[in-house]
Amino acid sequence: MSVPLSQHRTETAFSDHKLPLLHDEAVAEAHRCLFCHDAPCIAACPTAIDIPQFIRMISTGNTRHSARTIFESNILGASCARVCPVEVLCVGACVYNDLDQPPIQIGRLQRFSTDTAIDNDWQFFEAGADTGRHVGLIGGGPASLAAAHELRRHGHACTIYERDEVIGGLNVTGVAPYKLRADAALEEAEWILRIGGINVKTGVEVGRDLQLQELERTHDAVFVGVGLGEDSPLRVPGEDLEGVFGAVEWIKRMKLTTVDLSQVRRCVVVGGGNTAIDAARETRALGVPEVTLVYRGQRAGASGYAHELSAALEAGVQTKWQSVPTAFEGDDHEKPAPRVQRVRCVHLDIRKQPIAGSEFVMDADLVLIAIGQSRLGAMFTALDGMRVEDGRLLTDDDGFTGRRGWYAGGDCRNGGKEVVNAAAEGKRAAVAIDAFLNSAGSARRG
Amino acid sequence: MADLTTTCAGITSPNPFWLASAPPTNSGLQVQRGFEAGWGGAVWKTLGTPIQNVSSRFGGHSIRGVKGAGFSNIELITDRSLEVNLREIRETKRLFPKHPIIVSLMVETEAEWRDIIKQSIDAGADGLELNFGCPHGMCERGMGSAVGQEPKINERITGWAVSNSTVPVLVKLTPNVSNIVPHGVAAKRGGAHGVSLINTIQSIIGVDIDRFVPEPRVGGAGTNGGYCGSAVKPIALHMVAQLARTTEFGLPISGIGGISNWRDAVEFILLGSSSVQVCTEVMLRGYPVVEDMIHGLSHYMDDHGFATVAEMVGKAVPNFREWGELDLNYETVAKIDASKCIGCQLCVAACHDGAHQCIHPVADTRVPRVDEAECVGCNLCQIVCPVPDCITMEPVENGFARASWNDFSERGTAIRPKKGVHG
Repeated sequence: MSVPLSQHRTETAFSDHKLPLLHDEAVAEAHRCLFCHDAPCIAACPTAIDIPQFIRMISTGNTRHSARTIFESNILGASCARVCPVEVLCVGACVYNDLDQPPIQIGRLQRFSTDTAIDNDWQFFEAGADTGRHVGLIGGGPASLAAAHELRRHGHACTIYERDEVIGGLNVTGVAPYKLRADAALEEAEWILRIGGINVKTGVEVGRDLQLQELERTHDAVFVGVGLGEDSPLRVPGEDLEGVFGAVEWIKRMKLTTVDLSQVRRCVVVGGGNTAIDAARETRALGVPEVTLVYRGQRAGASGYAHELSAALEAGVQTKWQSVPTAFEGDDHEKPAPRVQRVRCVHLDIRKQPIAGSEFVMDADLVLIAIGQSRLGAMFTALDGMRVEDGRLLTDDDGFTGRRGWYAGGDCRNGGKEVVNAAAEGKRAAVAIDAFLNSAGSARRG
Repeated sequence: MADLTTTCAGITSPNPFWLASAPPTNSGLQVQRGFEAGWGGAVWKTLGTPIQNVSSRFGGHSIRGVKGAGFSNIELITDRSLEVNLREIRETKRLFPKHPIIVSLMVETEAEWRDIIKQSIDAGADGLELNFGCPHGMCERGMGSAVGQEPKINERITGWAVSNSTVPVLVKLTPNVSNIVPHGVAAKRGGAHGVSLINTIQSIIGVDIDRFVPEPRVGGAGTNGGYCGSAVKPIALHMVAQLARTTEFGLPISGIGGISNWRDAVEFILLGSSSVQVCTEVMLRGYPVVEDMIHGLSHYMDDHGFATVAEMVGKAVPNFREWGELDLNYETVAKIDASKCIGCQLCVAACHDGAHQCIHPVADTRVPRVDEAECVGCNLCQIVCPVPDCITMEPVENGFARASWNDFSERGTAIRPKKGVHG
């Protein structure tokens, strides 16, 4: 099982960016929902939650079945309610956007129902009759949790192997704490596990502590939900200085332990994706006076969501577009552990080529590098039938990898998307695994 | 600006908006505040032998989060002494001499009617309203709707009142009858100067589903109450119009039932009311709701060229016909304005599940398609569409001359083929 979280976590300084709806607010908002036919919001949800129905049930005081409706499609509905980029998913698809009226606050309504369910410890699902089959799940993040829960409804025993000491994956270690704090994510994971019959082994790294062949020998099917690997390095001089971190690694520290920002005056975040924007907003909110986002492309080319970037800019984050660091520099007299002091940068043209003579220097005492994460597909290439492309596991729509009994979902499959995508892929793979096991299939080889 | 002064059954008020006999006219201070807010007249809460009320007394019916869309009460007539009421009527008339006070009355014997009428007129009543409508509490004692449901008793008691009165007498009718016309005619035969309708509708507003008790709940039990509020307006409009188009009736009408804004009031006036009475909306929002009523009516009259309320009264009555006189060959179809459509497809669900299956989804667009060959012109899509003016019902020139069911039955006039019957 997971170890308890530390009480002393820097993330506890954050409060919710979007406040929960009070009961009467939720009912009033629910009454605004038009109950569209073939609703666009459902089509925009990767887990296809029946959004008009769950909202209607809030309006009638049937919160219990509202929550049930959400969890039926997405057992991680509580965290998705907070972390989903609803602006580009369900809420973005709401027809009210075309009526010049505010769209329905679907995320906040979903949070209302799911929080109520978890706060009251309502249990909606029972494990199916024991099938005697056993599924191993590599990684304890959202994809595996969704898969394991669905597999338990079909009666298959599950064991999750999680490399970290805590379960929950990026939901616990990576999500911006003003959306979801680690304790709430862990509470949700434990609520999901309450269906029973899911054995969680933390601190077990498959490939190191447990070989793939051994895993295959002892399970009838395997689900790979390992997510992504370490932060990708920039590969420029000085990256090993004190104060230079991979952003995912730093965010994990901030969420699970304490980070000391008391001496940090200037933070440079390198990257234009959502992790970069999160890291910039988080350091800014934790009191760093000057936070600058350095991205090699133009603003429009940044992969982070526009609404997230706008929030960062509103919070005072500065930007250097079309720029890239060329070196990090510290002061030699601090040896043997010199700390970063400056970032040397250069401007790039629209083809992302350095512009001669455009070099500039920024002072920085914290650098967070958020230019992507490594992909872990290579660890599976030794298994015949598994296909890997750019480090990503290739599967069919159901998550089948091509090797009998092996399925995959989440970031390791999609290259790094949202929690809701992981939840959808995990559940879809579980349905396929169930069909596979029911047809007397087994991954076990003699 | 149009002149809002109106005369109903000989009672003239600065505007047609009267406070109905109900909790908002329970006391002198209330009526005075109502007049200050702009109400044109007031029907004083029914006088009679003071009663004892229960707790609770009111219940609300919520529709999609709108509380009090329907409303009910089990409160009875005044619980204050006659002396106090008469003193406050006199004081209110002294302060507001141009605002008519109509005193609502409910007693049993002829002698009681004679006495209370004299006392009311002495106190300054500009008119009387005979409460033959209350559907709870009083009817069990042989008063209220027990009178209103029996035309002969109605006529007799109306006769007593009229013969003892020097001011106009309105009879307040109960809707708890199968046909309102004989009751209005009975009031006329009794000599009434006008009628007011509708009183409240016998109802159970809801049930406490945890205690298994009808609402409003009085301890462990409930009883039938009087239903009112916005939800009853269509029933009231029908009854007002039924009387307004009855030639042998022909009395002035004070319209009541779910009037909550100027638009509602206009509808009642167009169907034959020369004054309107309001209770529930005041109970829910207070006297100042009259401000919108006054100015909304005034703008409406200006827009339509009405100089006086009297010009408006009954304007829609000639167009209220029997079904058999409607034109079967008048044909409309729904048109969806694609530039306004937001793609909610409520019209698709409504037409498929609740109408005649002629609005269909279209591949690659959220804008549905109307199968005009099958569209029966029922209006359902237009009613559910959340976008103003997105769905319109457009007349179709089908080449058939006007033909009603009566024309068809009596003379075999040609009628167009049916639509939307799907085989």
